[in-house]
Amino acid sequence: MSETGVKPPFHSISGMSTLASALESRPSPPAVAQQSGRACKITVQGLNFFYGLKRALENISIDIPANLVTAFIGPSGCGKSTFLRTLNRMNDIIPGTRLDGEIKIDGEDIYGGGIDVVGLRRRVGMVFQKSNPFPKSIFENIAYGVRINGLAGSRAELNERVEESLKQAAIWDEVKDRLHDSALALSGGQQQRLCIARALAVKPDVLLMDEPASALDPIATQRIEELIYHLKATYTIVIVTHNMQQAARVSDLTAFFWLGRLVEVGATDRIFTNPLEKLTEDYVTGRFG
Amino acid sequence: MAQVPHFQEELDQLKARLLEMGGLAEDRVRSAVRALVERDHALVETVLAGDDPINQLHIEIDSRCVKLLALHQPMAVDLRSILSAVKINTDLERVGDLAINIAEAAVRYLAHPPVKELIDIPRMADIAHGMLRDALDAFVRRDTTLAQQVLDADDALDALKTQVFRELLTYMLQDPHTIEPSLDLILVSRHLERIGDHATNIAEDVIFMVSARDVRHHAQ
Repeated sequence: MSETGVKPPFHSISGMSTLASALESRPSPPAVAQQSGRACKITVQGLNFFYGLKRALENISIDIPANLVTAFIGPSGCGKSTFLRTLNRMNDIIPGTRLDGEIKIDGEDIYGGGIDVVGLRRRVGMVFQKSNPFPKSIFENIAYGVRINGLAGSRAELNERVEESLKQAAIWDEVKDRLHDSALALSGGQQQRLCIARALAVKPDVLLMDEPASALDPIATQRIEELIYHLKATYTIVIVTHNMQQAARVSDLTAFFWLGRLVEVGATDRIFTNPLEKLTEDYVTGRFG
Repeated sequence: MAQVPHFQEELDQLKARLLEMGGLAEDRVRSAVRALVERDHALVETVLAGDDPINQLHIEIDSRCVKLLALHQPMAVDLRSILSAVKINTDLERVGDLAINIAEAAVRYLAHPPVKELIDIPRMADIAHGMLRDALDAFVRRDTTLAQQVLDADDALDALKTQVFRELLTYMLQDPHTIEPSLDLILVSRHLERIGDHATNIAEDVIFMVSARDVRHHAQ
């Protein structure tokens, strides 16, 4: 028999019902930031999140290191997007939600009293599944956030910030001659990179990405993935993806969620070659549900 | 998920083809050594003529693995299984080639009177064959304990090879007419020792496939 208890690859799998109980006795995931040797950017401790009476996240504890890409994977409804949105308090706008536990970014409790939520969302930018440019020019899409945050003192500075952001998002060469055309005329992949540029323009520390490439063709997806790879030198990136190959390609750390719980977190190459938890193994090998 | 049974079916087919290849390789080694020991010229010719099925399977199995990797992008234990299958496939093909090498040595050896009664060569063949069989059984049963036993058996084979060499050296020193057939027997012992090495590789791949431990070169 298998010495690890992992199911044989050449046989069909069953016995999912026993997994929940196995998970109950599982120790907390190790402190990944310490494992990675990087400074810890985000620390989450004992997080529970509720939509009304329904508990969507259960006792989540995780350290997210700085300047690495951390991917959240798991089946639909596992809580990965909900968790992502707790990191910049995007769930605050949903009525009837409640949260307990602690999330610290750079040591500061983001749910503590006196936190400026607008300032938090500037520091923790977000890119969504569906690109959502403003119905304005390409230039204005970037300039808007810079202006309202008072980040540019002059027109020249504003222009410089727009150009820098578009270059960082690897879209400058494609739009530099038509900055004042409507952003809505761009392709889906270009719109998504524009949204990334818009998020970068306000100088965040952390970039949250919720399925950023799921609506894009393979070429546009590859450009986004390449962009993520280069951005991590400057930003801490957290990405939610349904696409496990994408998680494997772009991330340094992977966290697997199931039924609102964090099952396992670790170096991406280990999670996809030798996960410790049977549940993770079942998910990454497609023997799930 | 609808695709799982399909993928599983493909993995099962891959396993079946590998075992078929393993069976052919085992059979050919056994036949080559029996032909040598029993001085059976007809059997030697059969071994020399029969390499095609293994070569065909070698290509087919590699092709299946490439297809599985490209189309399913397997992860974790599935990924390790397919990587192991690619390597086991190569080892089994080499075992088939070594059976041919033994048969070729047998052709030359049988052209001379026997140097001596063959005792250690059949013993080496039994050990090498047993290692190969156990390695394949370990693969089928995902049995890392049995795989470890294969690794442990290799020393006995190496010791016998040294013993064969020393013994034949004495024959060659006594009578130069025995040099040519003795060299062929030494080559056969070398081929059998290499078959043991391939069985060892397969056992190491089984341990990697099951437990993700890399035990090659005493890594763990």
